[in-house]
Amino acid sequence: MKSLINVTISILVVCGLLWFATIKLDASSSAGGEGILTVYNWGEYIDPELITQFEEETGITVIYETFDSNEAMLTKVRQGGSAYDIAVPSEYTIETMVEEDLLYEIDHAKLPNLQNIDSYYLDLPFDPKNKYSIPYFWGTVGVVFNPNDIPEHLTFETWEHLWDPALKDKVFLVDGSREVMGMGLNSLGYSLNSRDDAELREATERLKSLNGNVKAIIGDEVTPLMINNEATVAVTFSGQAADMMWENEELDFAVPQEGSNLWFDNMVIPKTAQNIEGAHQFINFMLDAEVAAQNADYVGYSTPNSAAMELLDEEVVTDERFYPPVEMRDNLEVYENLGLEMLGTYNEYFLEFKMSLQ
Amino acid sequence: MKFKSKAALIPYLFWIALFVIAPIGLIAYYSLLDLNGDFTLANYKNFFTSAYLTMTLTSFWYAFLITFFTLLISYPTAYFLTKTKHKQLWLMLIIIPSWINLLLKTYAFIGIFGLSGPVNAMIEVFGFDPTQILFTDFSFIFVAVYIFIPFMIIPIFNALDEMNPSLIYAARDLGASAFTTFRRVIFPLTIEGVKSGIQVTFIPALSLFMITRLIAGNKVITLGTAIEQQFLVAQNWGMGSTIAVFLILIMFASMLFTRTKKKGGRA
Repeated sequence: MKSLINVTISILVVCGLLWFATIKLDASSSAGGEGILTVYNWGEYIDPELITQFEEETGITVIYETFDSNEAMLTKVRQGGSAYDIAVPSEYTIETMVEEDLLYEIDHAKLPNLQNIDSYYLDLPFDPKNKYSIPYFWGTVGVVFNPNDIPEHLTFETWEHLWDPALKDKVFLVDGSREVMGMGLNSLGYSLNSRDDAELREATERLKSLNGNVKAIIGDEVTPLMINNEATVAVTFSGQAADMMWENEELDFAVPQEGSNLWFDNMVIPKTAQNIEGAHQFINFMLDAEVAAQNADYVGYSTPNSAAMELLDEEVVTDERFYPPVEMRDNLEVYENLGLEMLGTYNEYFLEFKMSLQ
Repeated sequence: MKFKSKAALIPYLFWIALFVIAPIGLIAYYSLLDLNGDFTLANYKNFFTSAYLTMTLTSFWYAFLITFFTLLISYPTAYFLTKTKHKQLWLMLIIIPSWINLLLKTYAFIGIFGLSGPVNAMIEVFGFDPTQILFTDFSFIFVAVYIFIPFMIIPIFNALDEMNPSLIYAARDLGASAFTTFRRVIFPLTIEGVKSGIQVTFIPALSLFMITRLIAGNKVITLGTAIEQQFLVAQNWGMGSTIAVFLILIMFASMLFTRTKKKGGRA
């Protein structure tokens, strides 16, 4: 009986300790308020020096947390509990968040630096008049490749080149249903936001014919493979391509002309915010020309800040691969929020394509 | 006394209710919901009409291959281990790699199998062109087998170690050949160890998912991958749970198949 009592007591003590720890943790993660600003951003997506600079200028302490997918971020904001004052979702997720009433409106009067942003990136369909979101970075989806390892005629001006027999077992695709299905749709001249089942069917069949060329469908792991010349051709995001090219100068990047994805990551103030004033200060700080230039230099993605572009290397901002001129952008499409049902359909087709691979 | 033993059960019953019955119940419940949270059987219909049935078969096939090769390597290893002088030390050395995090080991294999990795360096020494070993069926099964070997060896080793050696001498004295001794004496006496080894390999192998992406480049799709996709990307908890229900059913079936018999071996 004595040992039983001991066991019961120890279980209760452990439960109590865990409960206490939970309360402590909750308290620290929701310790929002005047002097503290919690920023929730993608990994490797800010120059850490800028956080220090912001803390020095404003006296606000920044708690910086990262996420690796829009969906993961969305789930945490939905659940509440954590006092995120700033988050940086992509456009289709912003649409969802507005629909679900998860965002505060942004007071433009508090953002004098907003004038630095090129008007092209403002008032976009996913957030008319930028009521809820302010541009942070933008980019495309394209093909990064090593010209030394493939025949010269393959420039990836067209998606067609991915199907070239010379690329047997050489193509790496990004592990995302929207990206890969979008590529299939684009290569047939359809919209990457297609809701037409016949078009999706056709795109899947088209993708299946890529079978012999696909080496693997992976995520961020493709970056070291491209850098070390272990992979030759990869469909990936522009900023990731910029990272690879920074490390391996042999590489080149192209956005096929039939069209591709154009994406935007914007700063928002979720309803979990405790320090709305500080959040506005942070957004305004990030919009500052010098700050945005330093950040773009560090992160490698394309900045929507025209004042910052003047401060960046001429060579960087005139590089049409990463700053395609407006007429080239006409072929690019922004992901629409297709709704969960359609997303499920995309996913099923993507799964079907993956299963057909040998 | 009777009261005492019953009271001792309470914490365990509580534990089982909370962490075994409740999650399975929740999975079964969610599998009956559609995207809007309404009750439906559509998920089950979808499972039988779409790619998932093929996927179940592929998962099953790969799990079978992994278990088969793991057993093929582990049984002789365990057998020879029992014959060595410092068997506990050797066993320890085999178990140590399983202390290292699974993901870390998987990433290490990306380097080992890479074009400039040690395996290709060796291939070049023998005068062959380096080939990409990563992202093939071979690399997937190799890494999975490597990961499961310690878990298969331990139960087989224990079974072999507990076996009374005089039974083997008796068999040999009575004229059985080495092979017959193995087939009629050693193997039947260690079958329980083999069964538990198969259980701890086959069941997790069915739902492997990180390795399918990192080592097989998503060219091998298992039910585990599908569940991850349904929950994280498609946010369709209903369909994800439905796949999980089938995974549970398959696991239950494989438990039945490999269950340990209470009665002694056949005469």
